[in-house]
Amino acid sequence: MVFWRRKKNQKQHEEEQRDDKLLHPEGEPDLELPTEYDAEMDEHTRHEMEETEEEIIEELDEAPVPAHSIEEDAKEAEELSDHTNEGGWLSRLTRGLTKSSNKITKGITDLVTKKKLDQDTLDQLEEVLIEADLGPKTAAKIIDDFAKDRFEKEIDEKEIKTALAGLMSDILAPVAVPLNIEKREDGPFVVLVCGVNGAGKTTTIGKYAYQLRAQGFSVMMAAGDTFRAAAVEQLEEWSKRAGAKFLSKDVGADAAAVAYESYQQAKEQGVDVLLLDTAGRLQNKKNLMEELEKIIRVLKKQNEDIPHATLLVLDATTGQNAFSQLETFKEMVNVTGLIVTKLDGSAKGGVLVGLADQFGMPVHAIGIGEGIEDMQPFRAQDYARSLVGIEF
Amino acid sequence: MFESLSDKLGGVFSKLRGKGSLSENDVMAVSREIRVALLEADVALPVVKDFVTSIKEKAVGEAVIKGVNPGQQVIKIVHDALVEMLGSEAQELQFASPPCAYLMVGLQGSGKTTSTAKIAKILTEKHNKKVLMASLDIYRPAAQEQLKQLGEQTGIATLEIIEGQKPVDIAKRAMDTGRKEGFDVVMLDTAGRLSIDEEMMAEANAVQKATNPIETLLVADAMTGQDAVQTAKAFDEAVGLTGIMLTRVDGDARGGAAMSMKAVTGKPIKLIGVGEKWTEIETFHPDRIAGRILGMGDIVSLVEKAAETVDRAEAEKMAKKFKKGQFDFNDLLSQMQQMKKMGGMGAMMKMLPGLGQMAGQLEEAGVDDSMIKRQEAIIFSMTVQEREKPDLLNAKRKQRIAAGSGTSVQQVNQLVKQLKQMQTVMKRMKKMGMGGMMKQMKGLMGGKMDELEMMAQSMDPDGLGADMAALEDNAGPLGPNPFASGNGLKPGAGLPSDLESLLGNSSHGGKKKDRKKKKR
Repeated sequence: MVFWRRKKNQKQHEEEQRDDKLLHPEGEPDLELPTEYDAEMDEHTRHEMEETEEEIIEELDEAPVPAHSIEEDAKEAEELSDHTNEGGWLSRLTRGLTKSSNKITKGITDLVTKKKLDQDTLDQLEEVLIEADLGPKTAAKIIDDFAKDRFEKEIDEKEIKTALAGLMSDILAPVAVPLNIEKREDGPFVVLVCGVNGAGKTTTIGKYAYQLRAQGFSVMMAAGDTFRAAAVEQLEEWSKRAGAKFLSKDVGADAAAVAYESYQQAKEQGVDVLLLDTAGRLQNKKNLMEELEKIIRVLKKQNEDIPHATLLVLDATTGQNAFSQLETFKEMVNVTGLIVTKLDGSAKGGVLVGLADQFGMPVHAIGIGEGIEDMQPFRAQDYARSLVGIEF
Repeated sequence: MFESLSDKLGGVFSKLRGKGSLSENDVMAVSREIRVALLEADVALPVVKDFVTSIKEKAVGEAVIKGVNPGQQVIKIVHDALVEMLGSEAQELQFASPPCAYLMVGLQGSGKTTSTAKIAKILTEKHNKKVLMASLDIYRPAAQEQLKQLGEQTGIATLEIIEGQKPVDIAKRAMDTGRKEGFDVVMLDTAGRLSIDEEMMAEANAVQKATNPIETLLVADAMTGQDAVQTAKAFDEAVGLTGIMLTRVDGDARGGAAMSMKAVTGKPIKLIGVGEKWTEIETFHPDRIAGRILGMGDIVSLVEKAAETVDRAEAEKMAKKFKKGQFDFNDLLSQMQQMKKMGGMGAMMKMLPGLGQMAGQLEEAGVDDSMIKRQEAIIFSMTVQEREKPDLLNAKRKQRIAAGSGTSVQQVNQLVKQLKQMQTVMKRMKKMGMGGMMKQMKGLMGGKMDELEMMAQSMDPDGLGADMAALEDNAGPLGPNPFASGNGLKPGAGLPSDLESLLGNSSHGGKKKDRKKKKR
């Protein structure tokens, strides 16, 4: 039996050797693709990408201090807001964020008065973070960091809250970067807005345009969502509310053509900022992602530097799929920043912590309602503190 | 990418082989992995906890089936429990005496309006109902206009828009119109609202009371995270849901929200949205979502997709050629084109269990869709004779082809070599069957790809064959999950031809990588 098997194997072995010989005859010229070639191809693309990134970084470095500081923005927004809608600007943010932190807060308050930090407590804290959509891995990591010097030590609720908020704030602080819009000599500052369906792109553009208008920029919106029914009308309505110029083409038109034309028009009319809306697309739809690439290609033909910013709009109710979204959009269209929407709901958007940790992608603003003023800069400390329920 | 549960459990259980039954410790060891896997799939924490507890109870003491690794057995237990939990039967839409109302509720951006049009279309075409759609969304700019346009596109009646009317009044007007004009179903598309917005939830409740809908469907995004529980609970309390419609299932989210919402409301998931077009709606198959939540890939969908896009006659013709070991550039070309039709190599790899990561590795090795494009160009630059008889290619012809396709002679050579390799693989595969080939692929990949072995073990060629057979007969539900029809490998049983060819294609990626390694 053994003998047979060996023989059989041998035969197979011989066969393989023969095949191998067939495929790789001796003295066979090196048919392997010279690696330089591959490298050249890749490098080209890579080079292009790196260049763009560098340019952006350079731009950021050289960017003049914005004419308006955050405080001034706040003041201005306060002045502009009509106050008919219950409460002022800050209380709305607080309300929005505390709404999202209600549960987490309750969770923590349930936990401890003052006692030794034991494994049970840590497990419960971890669960609280998981329920805020931080994801099992990020939650475990934060709890590990948290427990490092505190395990088995006396601790009370306030200390727990402050320490957890501090940890998350440390992760989030580097990404809490407002988008620096500048008036440019060579044409409008172009912001491309993309995201999955229903994330809130159009609403975000409306709010953003309003903010920019309040800061004294002239704004044009371009309806790049030529697919969804009434998407154009929706954006047009926002343009009226925000006092922005508006450009659209027919439904079914090439989104890249809209991008091209809007840039031309905006340049001609001396508009400061061009906000380009795009159709919602799931990141795993290859052809739709390629369409987005095409839009950028078309823009780049006119001016290498545009779009100056490519924003991904992310729904705070999204769970761990946000990783896949950011990863794909970043890879395909070189996303430069995030805007997180719907933070006024019961979802906490905790996935942001994990995203910040893994990608370090700037979070420019958050959406906290459907009103035109319901957009705020992202503030790491406030957000982290409200996540664990520290009152403002 | 997430590591699939089967990979993780494979690791945990590798030490346990040869045991008689699953002990409590064994099960404890994996329960954490199951927990993490479910959480990563966005199943809500309370639901995960209950579920893991019930799994522990089920799994402890379970006899280990011979020839199956315990990890797989646990996954099967988990999978079955998931299916059971998600509801084992598809739930039909209900009707009452006309006009009956369908109320669509959900968060902002969950896809209510598109779903409304999709369901209206099903009701019209499959159930022969006369449907009227009305948008109660007076808040979002152009929301009513959106439904109107969808009505025009689908040919379904929509309620006339009257500016300034309140949602409840619009709903009443819609019902009146339905009564007067003899509509069977009135679909009410409401504005998106947050579950904590008391005013808006009260409004939804008022609409519900005014219209007494026979179906109140929560439209929820498959990408939803932990908040799914809260949302589903709040809507259920406010308007009394009868079912759930899960949207964007065509995305790559694992869809744990489905499980969370089913668990907290007890209401069935009736429909799923699988695309932006209004025809892209399907009934819910619990086993598919279960497989997805566990990251097992979606063999059934792959087979379906193959059946949709692969030309049967052509596939059969090719299978015959393979068996004879004939394989020329025409075959390679049509293979590439079919692969492209199915969404490219990466997309397909991701659908195969355990091969999700391989897609990435292939990409690193330079085997991606752009390579396929280049190779297509090379083949297009060949004459008909050259395509049929690859041996004709001499240096001069190769130069011509390279110039014609904008590539280099090396690249042409590479393609020729690849074809020869494939011819060899075809011949070998005939002898070895599926499992043998998988093992060989593993060998070629330098032993890195343990998942291939997992796959070889978990794939049941007969099961797949049965799926394909079912497809051939056009027999509806393609149900069987990879575990349903027995476990383990039955050597010698071949895969259906088209899958065979697809896998054959992927093997040259391994070859290339292997060769590179040899050189180093």
